[in-house]
Parts: sequence; structure tokens; C-alpha cells
Amino acid sequence: MTAFLRNTWRGLTSMRTALVLLFLLALAALPGALLPQRSLNLRATQQFIEANGWWGEFLDRVQAFDVYASVWFSSIYLLLSVSIIGCLIPRTAEYYRALRAKPVITPRNLARLPHHDTAETDRTPDEVVKAATGLLRGWRVTERTEDGGARTVSAEKGYLRETGNLVFHFAMLGLIVALAVGKMINYEGQVIVLANGSQFCNAGTLGYDSFRPGLRVDGTNLTPFCVRVNSFQADYLPSGQADQFTADIDYQSGHDLETGTWRPYDLRVNEPLRTEGDRVYLLGHGYAPIFTVTFPNGEVRTQTIQWRPVDELTLLSEGATKFDPPGVTDPEQRRQRQLAVTGLFAPTQIVHGGVLSSSFPDLTDPGVAVDVMRGDLGIDSGRGQSIFEIDQSLVDSGRLTRVARENLDLGEEIALDDGTRVKFDGVERWVSLQVSHDPAQVWVLGFAVLMLLGLGVSLTIKRRRLWVRASPGPDGRTVVSVGGLARTDQAGYGEEFGRIASALRSGRD
Amino acid sequence: MPIDQNLAEYSDWAYAAAALIYFLALIGYAVEGAFGRARKHAEARELVAAGSAAPPPEVRIGVIEDEPRRSRPERFGRMAVALTVLGALLHLASLVLRGFATGRAPWGNMYEYGAATMLVAVVGWLVLMRRFRENNVRRLGAFVMTPVVILMFLGFTVLYAEAAPVQPALKSYWLVIHVIAAASSSGLLLIPGVVSLLYLARVKHDRSPNRFGARLAPADTLDRLAYQTTIFAFPIYTFGIIAGAIWAESAWGRPWGWDPKETVAFVAWVVYAGYLHSRATAGWRGTRAAVVNTVGFVVILFNTFFINFVVSGMHSYA
Ligand code: HEM
Repeated sequence: MTAFLRNTWRGLTSMRTALVLLFLLALAALPGALLPQRSLNLRATQQFIEANGWWGEFLDRVQAFDVYASVWFSSIYLLLSVSIIGCLIPRTAEYYRALRAKPVITPRNLARLPHHDTAETDRTPDEVVKAATGLLRGWRVTERTEDGGARTVSAEKGYLRETGNLVFHFAMLGLIVALAVGKMINYEGQVIVLANGSQFCNAGTLGYDSFRPGLRVDGTNLTPFCVRVNSFQADYLPSGQADQFTADIDYQSGHDLETGTWRPYDLRVNEPLRTEGDRVYLLGHGYAPIFTVTFPNGEVRTQTIQWRPVDELTLLSEGATKFDPPGVTDPEQRRQRQLAVTGLFAPTQIVHGGVLSSSFPDLTDPGVAVDVMRGDLGIDSGRGQSIFEIDQSLVDSGRLTRVARENLDLGEEIALDDGTRVKFDGVERWVSLQVSHDPAQVWVLGFAVLMLLGLGVSLTIKRRRLWVRASPGPDGRTVVSVGGLARTDQAGYGEEFGRIASALRSGRD
Repeated sequence: MPIDQNLAEYSDWAYAAAALIYFLALIGYAVEGAFGRARKHAEARELVAAGSAAPPPEVRIGVIEDEPRRSRPERFGRMAVALTVLGALLHLASLVLRGFATGRAPWGNMYEYGAATMLVAVVGWLVLMRRFRENNVRRLGAFVMTPVVILMFLGFTVLYAEAAPVQPALKSYWLVIHVIAAASSSGLLLIPGVVSLLYLARVKHDRSPNRFGARLAPADTLDRLAYQTTIFAFPIYTFGIIAGAIWAESAWGRPWGWDPKETVAFVAWVVYAGYLHSRATAGWRGTRAAVVNTVGFVVILFNTFFINFVVSGMHSYA
């Protein structure tokens, strides 16, 4: 049993296994780039599965749409981490020993080494050794005397290479751990806020339109802060290409919450608000048409609800603005008189044969093409529904019917058969914000930088050895032989070696 | 900032001229590679270096020595180098002009990115030819210039984009840093990608000699060239990925999100890490390492072309 364990461990931590695991990791990461991934695009994933029948379902069953959370991807990188640890422990111990050990003893036959040189000189072995140690400044050097009177110098340089290499591998482990910790404690929420002085406070998950908690986050301990969106400005080039988006916001966090101080900030793409360790991003923007309904009894209701862009270039948008009739308490009655204004909004309208579209994303000539629906909106049923749509099944079952269809310019209105008037009153802009929280990400960055430093050092520095043997020759002269060995890659050592060897040969230093 | 159409046009002209000149250079290299004598491996000059008391060259009085005559193919080779330098200068001019025309860093779309990458590849190759001049690698120029010319041609015909400003998401100095790192490392990695293929051909020749392999540089030279270029480019690539993550953190709200482009960059990075490891693993040195290196570059190409055009992700701004 212990033998089995030992062999498994040895196998797992061998260089060859590490290499195979590396290639497996590369291979396993690839499908995530080619297949839609649930975490990135839920809708595309579902469409893909539906479009591909049993094949789609099979892929789903083997977690091909959740590659980076899949069992097989996780196993590979866990095994690799174990392999790295198993590799690093003995290497660190060895490194520690090597740091304290003397450079190794001079080999018998220096002529066998990849770099070597021999010469005779009139100087004594002691003089040669002295000259050699003088030349080898910056190297770790040991002198020895052999039987037979030969004097030797062993020298070694480039320990930093191994230092860099160990730093690199340890930092990579650190990075993996920091990423895992981040997965536990992070959260990310998205919310749409009207850019008319509306506020959003990071108080609980219910405030968000969507919220993604880390594995150990229950949403009760969100960092308290509030954001107020005063206005939103989009600059466009004449071509319709966006030039810059800016949300003018105020925020309150930390101590400011007690004193009620608001601090201003210009929120832009690439310039998130960073406060109390959380980040607030400007993700997107759109329009919220304002509709005012005057009911037959004279009561007036105004709603400003965001509509969602269906065309990112022209910001043609769709949506549904819903009204409850005022003063109707009988639920049965209410469910016959609820109203929805639904259809398309264009910031710069062009109408072709009665069909509305948009020619420019900026707000120059807004118009809507709407259906007014009356009946049961289904909002009392307790089932959640999209704020951008009406429930089509209620239309199909005849409980919700169309009572008008019209194109409206700003300020125009529709009169319904019962005397209700629906007016297109104005437009607000909205911004979509993302709040992100991940205290571990600075550790990820720190380890990434360490990896880079370690890598740079280990790839630029060469570990190399050099030996000199000065033996008394038969004729009273001294035979000097020099040998050199670079431990990883011989390239580039030749010149340095040649310089030292010829300096020794010529007796200058 | 408005686009200066004149400058943009000059930039296009310079680009086209550079591509054409590279093509001529390619022919020059090819002539030398095909017809030049495969010079004998230059003698190791190990001990001749500064500080040595090398004996003065023998001077014979009264004899005028001929300048060693250069063979015709060799002259083609030298001309090819001169053309390459000229092409690179025009290429650089094209980038600079585009930068001035648009008033921003000239690598905001695929066309510009490709142009910058190829410039790095060409300059990298010029430097390597100098560094390895004793190893007779100039004759390999045709193999390096072939993908360069093809990619530049594709850049102009398929990827071409009018000079224009970039979208808000690209307005960041991290764009400059990240893209410089990505373009220079990708451009440099083209060289070992090609050279590793030549290495494989040469090793095949060493086992059973053939005409093609005989005209290549010795296997150990090719291996060394590939290795040294890779270890120079790999940290830059690593830095590029880190810079990309930093930028993504401020633009998209997370440093890493397994966006297709990020994913394939990660895959290429792991493949190159595999290359470095394979050189330290018994049984993996040599041939297998060379295959891994080439695969690494294929993954980078795949990332630039396939992922940008076929798969949609956050990076598909081009
Ligand atoms: C995700 C996993 C790994 C990655 C990305 C990785 C990456 C790297 C890189 C980039 C180098 C180049 C530095 C250099 O050549 O000096 C390197 C070197 C090295 N790695 Fe790893 N490594 C990983 C796992 C491992 C494991 C598991 C082992 C042990 C079995 C290991 C052992 C080594 C050794 C011995 C070297 C030095 C090779 C040499 O001197 O050329 N690595 N690694």
C-alpha cells in the first residue's frame, strides 16, 4: 500500500506527468472558447442546446457549457497544483542545500566538458589560482589542492536562476489559491438606474436586477454605499459611432453615510468608481420613454420605465410600460382594466410605410410605435415577469387585448374608446451599473507580478560552472586546463567562457 | 479628433510598398537559399575575443590579396537584407502616419494590429540574422518572410479598416500597453514557430539526407535560435496577458472571465510553458519540443483570426 502511494506520488510529481498535465490543461480549456458558456451567455447556450438535439444534450451532460467549473477541468488543475507542490518541496530543499554547499569538486578530465581550453604557462600553480580567483569575481569560488600537487578552482554562478524559477512556481500556486478564495467571497450585481437623480444603495440582493454571489456569500453583508445618478451623457461621432459615455454621479460610502455627504464622480467606461474595496462600473445605457395616462375619472398616472435596446448601434428599443387603474379595489375589475403600452422606441425616428426605426443613437427626434393593451397583465398572479414584455400567453387566451396601435411623436396622445388618454410625454436616460466585490483580486495581481519577475529572472540568468586546474608539468612549467558547463542551455556561455579562458591563458586580468 | 485623410492615404501607400518590398526580399532570400553553397559551419571562435593577445594577422608584403569574391546567390541574399531593412522602414512609416492620421495609438483594429505584429516579426528577424550571422541563417529568410508577406497581404485585402477613432471601451492607456505587448510577442513568436518547422525538416535530413534539409542550417543552430527567441518573447507575452487582465478589470468589471480571446491566450501560454518544460524533460527535447513550439504559434494565429472573426466575445471590436 505505501509502495503504491509512493509510486503514485512519484509519478504525479515527475516532470513528464507535469508536462502531460500542462497539455491536458490547454486542451481542456479550448472547448470553452468554441462553445457558448452558460456563465457568459445563458441565452446563446440554451439556443445552442436546442438547435443541436441529442448532441447538445450530450455536451450539456459532460459540462461542455460550464467548462471552467466542470469536474474534469477542475481535476486537471488540481492535479497540476499537487504536481507543482510535489515538485517544489524537494526542489526548495535542494536549493537550500545548494546555497550552502561549496561549488562541486573539479572533474578529472576537463577536456570532456562542452567548453574547455588548455595552455602552458611559466607561472606557478599558486599564481594561476590567484589569477583565476581574481578573474572570477562575482562567482562562488572554492580552491582545492589535489594529490599530486595540482591546485584547482571550482566556481559557480547564476543561483538566481533557480531562485527566479522557484519564485515563479510558488507565485503561480499563490495565484491559484487567490483565485479560489475570490470565488468564495466575491459578488457581482447589476442594476438599471434612471439618470434623473435616482439612487441605488448596495443594501441587499433584492435591490439588484441580477446578482451573482460567490460560494460563501449569502448577500447579507454587502458593503454599504449609495450611488445617485444625476445625468448621463453620450457623445457620438457623426457616423453614429460612440465616442464617450459619461454618467455624472454622486456617491456616499463609509463615514459619509453617517454625515450624509455626497461626493461627485464622473463614471465612464474604463473608469469605474472604486470605493470601500468595491467597484462600480458603467456597463450600458438606454432610454426610458415617459407615458402619462389620464383615466376616465380624471386621475393621472405617469410612468418612466426603462426599455431595452434591440439594436446597439441605433438604440432602437423595446419595452412595456404597465399601469394599474387607480381607485379600483375589486381585483376582478382591476384585471379587466389594467393597461400596458408596449412596442418600439426610437431616439431618432424614421418612419417608412408606418414602420418605425431609428437612424441615430442620440436623442434628436424621439418617437414611439406602440400597442396599447387592456385587460389582465398577470402582475397579480405572483409569477415574476419581465419588465420589458407583456405576458404573451394572456394575449393568446384573450384576457389581454389590443385597444390601439399608433406611432407617436413627443407630446402626442392616443384617446381610447372609454375616454382614457395615453400620452408620450418625454424621455429619460438610464444607465446599467455593475457592482463588483472581490477582495482577493489584489492578491491575484500581486502573484501575477511575482510570476512575471520570477520568470524574467529565471529565463535571463544562466546557471554556469567553471573549473580551473593548474598542475605542475614535467618540464617545470604549469599546465592550466579550464572547463565550463552551463546547466540548462549552453547558448551564450561560450563567449563568457572564452573571455575568461583567454585571460587566464595570457596571464592578464 | 478628426481623421487626416491625406496622412491616412500616405500610410496605406507605405504599407503596400512595404509588403511589395518584402516580397522582393523573399525572392532574394529564396535565390540564396536555393542556389547558394551551403557554407561550412563557421569555425567556433571560442577563444578569440576581447582581451586575448591574438597574433597579428600575417602581412605579406608585395602581394595584393583579392577581396574574396561573393557568389551571385550570396549577393542576392545581401540585397534581400537591404530590401528587408527598406521595407521595415516604410512599414514603420505607415504605422506612424496612421497614428498621426487618427491621433491615437495605431493599433485599434485588426488591420493595424496585424501591421504592428508583422513589423515586429521583420525587425526581430533582422536582429536575429545579425546575432546568428556566423551560423548562416540568412538563407532561411524566405521561410520567415513567407508568412509575413501572406499575412500582410491578407491584412490589406481582408482585414483592412478605414482610419477611424476607437470606441469608448478602447480609450485607455492599457490599450497601448496591452496591445504593444501582445503584438510584439506574437510577432516575435512567429520566428520560432517557423524555425521549429525547419528544425524538424533538418532533423529528418540528418536521419536520412535529402536535398531540402541539406540547405538548412544545422539542427542545433535552429534549436538555439528558436529557444532564444521564445524565451525572449514568452515573458513579454506573459506581461501582455497580465496587462490585458488589468485592463479588463477596469473596462469589463473583472480581470478574467474566460472570454474566448482570453481563453485561447491562456491556452497558447500553457503550450509555451509546455515548450520550456519539454526542453528540461528527458525524451521531450528536440523534435517534440519543436512540435510544441509550432503548435504554440498556431494557437496564437488561431486566436488572432478564428476567434476574432468567427467567435463573438468581448474582444470582437475589430
Ligand atoms: C501550471 C503548471 C506549470 C507551469 C505553467 C509552469 C511553467 C514553467 C515555466 C514558464 C518555466 C520556465 C522557466 C525556466 O525555463 O526556467 C518552468 C520551468 C520549470 N518548471 Fe514549471 N510550470 C508548471 C508546473 C511545473 C511542475 C508541476 C513541475 C515539476 C514537476 C515543474 C518544474 C519545472 C522545472 C524543473 C523547471 C526548470 C526547467 C528549466 O530549468 O529549464 N513545473 N515552468
